[in-house]
Amino acid sequence: MSILVYTENREGKFKKQSFELVSYAHALAQLAGREVIALSVGEVADDELKQLGEYGASRIIAIDYSGHLESRNFSKLIHHWVGALGPDIVLFADNNTGKSLAGGVAARLKAGVVSGVSGLPISMEPFILSKMVYTGKVNAQIQINTHHKVVLLAGNSFGVHTNPVTSIIEHHNIVAELASPSSELLSTEMQKGKILLSEAEVVVSGGRGMKGPENWGPIEELAGLLGAATACTRPVSDEGWRPHTEHVGQTGKVINPNIYFAFGISGAIQHVAGVSRSKVIVAVNKDPEAAIFSVADYGIVGDVNQALPQLIAAAKTLKDNA
Amino acid sequence: MKILVCISNVPDTTTRIAIGPDGKSISTAGIQWIINPWDELALTRALELKDVGRVTEVVVANVGPTLTEATLRKALATGADRALRVNTEPTDAWSVAINLAELIKNEAFDVILCGIESSDHNGSVVGGLLAGILDMNIISSVSGLDIEGDTLKVQREIAGGKELHETSAPVVLVVQKGIALAPRIPSMRGIMMARTKPLLTSDPVSSEPMTATAQLFMPKAKGACRMVDAENAGDLIRLLHEEAKVI
Ligand SMILES: Cc1cc2nc3c(=O)[nH]c(=O)nc-3n(C[C@H](O)[C@H](O)[C@H](O)COP(=O)(O)OP(=O)(O)OC[C@H]3O[C@@H](n4cnc5c(N)ncnc54)[C@H](O)[C@@H]3O)c2cc1C
Repeated sequence: MSILVYTENREGKFKKQSFELVSYAHALAQLAGREVIALSVGEVADDELKQLGEYGASRIIAIDYSGHLESRNFSKLIHHWVGALGPDIVLFADNNTGKSLAGGVAARLKAGVVSGVSGLPISMEPFILSKMVYTGKVNAQIQINTHHKVVLLAGNSFGVHTNPVTSIIEHHNIVAELASPSSELLSTEMQKGKILLSEAEVVVSGGRGMKGPENWGPIEELAGLLGAATACTRPVSDEGWRPHTEHVGQTGKVINPNIYFAFGISGAIQHVAGVSRSKVIVAVNKDPEAAIFSVADYGIVGDVNQALPQLIAAAKTLKDNA
Repeated sequence: MKILVCISNVPDTTTRIAIGPDGKSISTAGIQWIINPWDELALTRALELKDVGRVTEVVVANVGPTLTEATLRKALATGADRALRVNTEPTDAWSVAINLAELIKNEAFDVILCGIESSDHNGSVVGGLLAGILDMNIISSVSGLDIEGDTLKVQREIAGGKELHETSAPVVLVVQKGIALAPRIPSMRGIMMARTKPLLTSDPVSSEPMTATAQLFMPKAKGACRMVDAENAGDLIRLLHEEAKVI
């Protein structure tokens, strides 16, 4: 039996989450005695495909296709390959792409699906996975009852691990029966040179305590030094100080970086719901009673305007000595 | 166009969650129920589109027991025209999707809106399952929707950017922040009118649970926060590097 991993690429390069997903599949395969098969769709060179073998994929199915596949057809395509290859576990990254495909694949397989999974199964028989529910307040163990199991792995929750294996690459054209498309992709607009919030290991975030958009320079500078993405609270994006894409929390993005810096953030429960899965939380707030300190691992009671320059200087020193 | 907004009834984020005696579900005592925040934004956008004459009818649907009627009434008070409730306690995302699919098989909708996730089980799969069961196209992570005649212009967020799609109906759209910015709030008049708007109940289709909650437990409490002196803020970077080893 096998595990099928959908490895997403962007412009021919695999995303970090794809390598993380293959690393996870490899560990799962060790537990379950299965082979790891990666499925790639798009124009990806063999040198890039081969990289999947470095993380543990022994078979790589490359569907050479350059057009845009709407989600319905994309799900049908993956469903077709589940039929052809016979895996019982199908893995997606828990990101915008995974979320748009997993449900369609699971519905067609009549399979149980669990998203936001953060570690290896607690048990294989029955198949039980662990995830957070009630916006980070409760830990749940979810059992999948069906033969096929569709799993969405939370980004940055397992890490990228090399497990080199010999891998075979097979190229295919689309052979699945697809529906005639009902939608068209008109345009794509990418922000260049920015670290993606959803994939970042370090996130530097600001709240209303930053006082205004003109004060974001030091946040961006610190983020630049640490290779971090920037984020913000809801009022900050509602005020238009920062773009909505940076809003984290209950109604924004849910992230789980290795480290989350909260500058001038009170730590309202709706905000914490989006960041509580961070491995380490650092808070700087002038109010010693701020709720953020009850979820933080490290804290400074003080003014952001005084703390940020010191942190930037220290981060520069660290970088220079590295 | 006719829009169906799928509504999940969830505990208010600020209510304290306690695990029930079975260890598999939460104790519902004292819980304040609300419309799932993303569904509320979906409803808001649907109503905005109705205001400008692009949409003829906005219907809300929920799969849930009688207790969810308060939430549906609130959606009616906010401006939805009618509400549908499938009378069952859902056991998993599949049971929600299969019952919503049944509603849509019985009555055609042009656009079906679901929130990107439900803030109770945080499953984020109902929209995908629903589209799969109905073999409809789906666009997810939608952050903008406009209707021009028979076509829908859909903005979707992707990692590091956005896409603009054009699609014909019917379609399932899974929406997130951006679709609307602030949720619409019921007016006094809306609350009065909601009392007489139709709220129809139907029986569920039978389904085997695909997933089940084996156990719920409270996460370990966090250790104390380690404080660094504000005069010596730079030391924090050293601690993060040497002690926490995260940078
Ligand atoms: C249904 C619902 C959903 C919500 N969803 C979200 C969500 O997804 N994400 C989200 O973030 N919020 C959300 N909220 C809002 C949330 O309740 C809080 O209002 C919000 O998170 C507060 O943002 P803040 O921390 O930036 O601002 P504030 O609460 O105003 O906090 C600012 C903090 O900065 C500190 N401060 C001020 N000046 C300085 C200084 N010079 N130096 C150091 N510290 C300083 C203050 O002590 C204060 O603690 C939601 C609310 C509701 C009702």
